[in-house]
Amino acid sequence: MNLYQEVILDHNKKPRNWGTLSNPTHQAEGLNPLCGDRIWLMLEVMDESIVDIAVDGESCAICKASASMMTLSVKGKPLKLAEELTSVFRKMVLGEHNESDESQLGRLKIFQGIKDLPSRVKCAVLPWHTLQAAVNSQGRISTEGSDDPISS
Amino acid sequence: MNDPTIFRKPNNRKLDVSEIRKDFPILQTSVKGNPLVYLDNAASSHMPQCVIDRISEYHLSEHSNIHRAVHKLSEEATAKFEESRTIVKEFLNARDEKEIIFTRGTTGGINLVAKSYGEKFLREGDEVLISHLEHHSNIVPWQMLCQKVGAELKVIPVTQEGEVDLEEYKSMLSTKTKFLSLTHVSNALGTVLPIKTMIKEARSYGIPVLVDGAQGVPHMTIDLRDIDCDFYVFSGHKMCGPSGVGVLYGKEELLNKMDPYEGGGDMILSVTFEKTLYNKIPYKFEAGTPPIAQAIGLGRAVNYLQSIGLNQINQHEKELLAYATKRLDEISGLTIIGRSKHKAGVISFVMDGVHPHDVGTLLNDKGVAVRTGHHCAQPTMQRFGVPATTRASFYLYNTISDIDQLINGIHSIKKIFD
Repeated sequence: MNLYQEVILDHNKKPRNWGTLSNPTHQAEGLNPLCGDRIWLMLEVMDESIVDIAVDGESCAICKASASMMTLSVKGKPLKLAEELTSVFRKMVLGEHNESDESQLGRLKIFQGIKDLPSRVKCAVLPWHTLQAAVNSQGRISTEGSDDPISS
Repeated sequence: MNDPTIFRKPNNRKLDVSEIRKDFPILQTSVKGNPLVYLDNAASSHMPQCVIDRISEYHLSEHSNIHRAVHKLSEEATAKFEESRTIVKEFLNARDEKEIIFTRGTTGGINLVAKSYGEKFLREGDEVLISHLEHHSNIVPWQMLCQKVGAELKVIPVTQEGEVDLEEYKSMLSTKTKFLSLTHVSNALGTVLPIKTMIKEARSYGIPVLVDGAQGVPHMTIDLRDIDCDFYVFSGHKMCGPSGVGVLYGKEELLNKMDPYEGGGDMILSVTFEKTLYNKIPYKFEAGTPPIAQAIGLGRAVNYLQSIGLNQINQHEKELLAYATKRLDEISGLTIIGRSKHKAGVISFVMDGVHPHDVGTLLNDKGVAVRTGHHCAQPTMQRFGVPATTRASFYLYNTISDIDQLINGIHSIKKIFD
């Protein structure tokens, strides 16, 4: 499966919800020191739901498209659902998901092929990982070291 | 052993690359239906059949521990291991075998010197000088040393071309400078440092100098008596040898003054619970069972490179570099990082709007292996304001057609991202 499909290239070129929020309730910075990806994520949470989300930063196409598509999947959704989706997405890129997970993933399934590129898995997971960091008020996370999303 | 390659005599003619390629079975690999184009030699080069065979022969008929038993296998293994030391000594024009220490690689060698020399002779207020082009392995051990003894790490700046600023360098030298550690060739940009000039300057202050030759030894003739550094380190796996072995050359006088690095078997003369007498050099620094098969394989790799000729290899890489530079410069939106007039066969570049990791993954789809990332030289990347680059690095078996494949790959990436 070719990872660099139209959808991913399109989201890389025109990332959705890109930029900053004027009144964020939560935010976090996500770093991938191995390739230099650096993203900033802002959330506006009300009544346990993501009312608005914005991402900014510099990254590879996989990370940027993943961030862009993530914003579309979680905007307007309850935090709990975003958390579930993070876990399912993580399972998918590691090749550990099952059929019932697939129905939840929808168009995010386009990232399935990344399980065959272990060195790029972290690029795709970084936005989701940063989302969880923002929700948990962690401030800053990295794909390396103690908060590596893949090794745990 | 009947090995035609070791009878091949170097001459002044150009390399016969198609003949050389036959020596490297791995080059027949295909990647996603494309022939492999291997341009990641600065990370690790491939082994010719004669080195693979030599290692295999050791395991088949010589395997044993060395410097210990009186039985036949042990005596043979010891002789072959020590023969490799002599091969390396002659290859580098060192004065004596005892100046050649087998390590686990370049990193191992630098850590050994930082600890055994640095911790013994450096004090609070002293300065250690490195350049802005160093690999992490020539930064972190010195940082650790400085933290431990209270010394200060100073960094020689580099110019926009990626060359060491020699005027700045001279002004940084003082009686406080107690160690200079320099890379011979930048692994990230390919710059060849003017180490002879720099060592001469350091000599006037009596400063000991280590040269990180990981990217030097594989690609040019090294004459240690001419370079006149105190320490020179390199790895086997970047010069047609196996991983897991490297060499630390050190001047006898300094090695004798240094404390041992690790304690264990082979580095002792006698042990009681009260006192241990250390062995003489080089064994003082080779505690435990060394990488025997790897050291013997490295000796064969040196013989192989000698049979081709280091000057010929260097000339070949220069031609590849000139061609690659010309072709890459023709591509709009592509910027080569590092423009020194003195470069080895390493070329680092960035593309507008395409992250190096995407370049690397998409080139792999075409069978082209390059390195992408910060090349374990994050400070160098920071100096040039990029998080990462794509790096192509050449060796004796690369061809003009390999570079054409790289260029074709880049054009197809540009189309995808347009």
